[in-house]
Amino acid sequence: MEHFALWLAAFLTLGIVSFLYKDNPWYKLCEAIFVGLSAGYWFVVLFWDNIYGKFWVGVFPLEEFDEAGREITAEPDYWLFVGAALGILMLMRLVPNIGWISRWPLAFIVGSTAGLYLINYFSSNMMRQVQGTIVPLFGAGYDASAYAIVGNIVVAVGTFAGLVYFFFSKEHRGVFGGTAKVGVFFLMLTFGASFGYTVMSRMSLLIGRMDFLLGDWLGMIK
Amino acid sequence: MSTRAKELITIAIIAVFSVVIYILKITGVMTGIEFSGTVSTIIIIAIFLALLVILIRTLRGHLVDRRTVFLFIAFSVALPLLMNISQKITVSGEVEQVYNAVIDLQPGSRVLVSFDYDPASAPELQPMAESFLRLCFMRDLKVIVMGLWPQGPQQAELAMSTILEDDEMKAKNIKYGIDYVNLGYQAGNEFVVQRMGSDFKSMFRKDYSGRAYDDLPLVKNVKNFSNIDYSFNLSAGYPGTQEWVQVAVDRYGLKMGGGNTAVQAPMMYTYLNAGQLEGLLGGMSGGAEFEYLANFTGKATKYMLSQSFAHMVVVAFIIIGNAAFFRSGREKKL
Repeated sequence: MEHFALWLAAFLTLGIVSFLYKDNPWYKLCEAIFVGLSAGYWFVVLFWDNIYGKFWVGVFPLEEFDEAGREITAEPDYWLFVGAALGILMLMRLVPNIGWISRWPLAFIVGSTAGLYLINYFSSNMMRQVQGTIVPLFGAGYDASAYAIVGNIVVAVGTFAGLVYFFFSKEHRGVFGGTAKVGVFFLMLTFGASFGYTVMSRMSLLIGRMDFLLGDWLGMIK
Repeated sequence: MSTRAKELITIAIIAVFSVVIYILKITGVMTGIEFSGTVSTIIIIAIFLALLVILIRTLRGHLVDRRTVFLFIAFSVALPLLMNISQKITVSGEVEQVYNAVIDLQPGSRVLVSFDYDPASAPELQPMAESFLRLCFMRDLKVIVMGLWPQGPQQAELAMSTILEDDEMKAKNIKYGIDYVNLGYQAGNEFVVQRMGSDFKSMFRKDYSGRAYDDLPLVKNVKNFSNIDYSFNLSAGYPGTQEWVQVAVDRYGLKMGGGNTAVQAPMMYTYLNAGQLEGLLGGMSGGAEFEYLANFTGKATKYMLSQSFAHMVVVAFIIIGNAAFFRSGREKKL
């Protein structure tokens, strides 16, 4: 069985990689297997973890006992029926005549998500970032290294110039235009760094597959 | 000979080669190939000479086929895996921060590790997971594992089984339920983290193997994040480090470090610089740096040679591509 699994994994890996040469039936077969397996896997996971695990077991808790034999069955949570009802309303879009009903659960999701995320993002991605940008450069009791101070200046200048670039209510000319150009320079540096990291990430995946082919499958790596 | 015939012959040659190598492997005749330092140097020089030839040909107007680029990338990734040379690892401040955070913990401290990734991201994150868990056990820390991704706890089990094969780990006599616990996967993304802020048990009534929460000595007194001394999040996307920072760190004051895929890492530096993250391992290089600090040679260190070599080849092809672009005169149209 282990040999079969190894060869199957190698067959599928090489099939996917064969697309780099050109589109071909081997690649199409592997792609179809991947898509089908993924869809099936996620259906099973979502069914058992959400519909059964969260809703069904939440409303009709299973009898449970600990190692000492004491009953630890959870209390039923009937609020879950509200979620289930909204879920069923979402499926109404499959019936053209009453499809508009599906907008209600959608509105609930959008509204509640916006409300919840507003707090999270406002605190973590805005206020804490402003706080992290405006830092003292020097002063009594502040023992940052010269490297850190230069870094803080770069962060402050880069943030300000980047914001200026995205301010379109004033024409980008003169000092304002020059600052916007500095902002573009910082943005390009950021995109370059992200690109470098993305290359590293993709290479890591390729290395992982190569390690499988040359190591686990063919045993060529010591 | 037609193109189809050539393709079929190539596939047949690769298949026969693979079968022969596989038979040699399972019969024990071949135990692996390792290039010596000299052979490795010759291979590296040969590849760079070939790239130089491609650059010269490009400048003369002969454009290279895209498949040649793929072939060079394949060689640059595969061949270093067989080389017996290592690469110097320079440790960055954010990796050292994670290491120091673990080292500063008292023996017996509780560490929460969330495995928020799947097998697709394992080449980057699994080495981090193994070296982090290994360091925790070496420092006699108690590890609580969980996952916001369905496959996360399975990755944790894989990491545990790998490190428990190590003789040093065997000597530690690590026991499930006392030294580490796998609470398993829980659906609900960041809302799981939010509920954990008030009550762990409400989210994890049972562990990965089906044992009741209160039957696990390590966690039965763990009520919420205030009982956790440090947390480490291995993340490949949503839900991941960002959600942990927004909820567990900023709302409940959890101390947390991150181990991220390289794609995600640049976005995490904002949290690191603002002090929301206490250390960051970014991509495979972050993993290799952590292994270096932890004095452990794992897969990240092994993979770094391929990573660096492939990056050099990519940079070489960027130069070749720019040479082709400027030679074509198309830059005047921009």
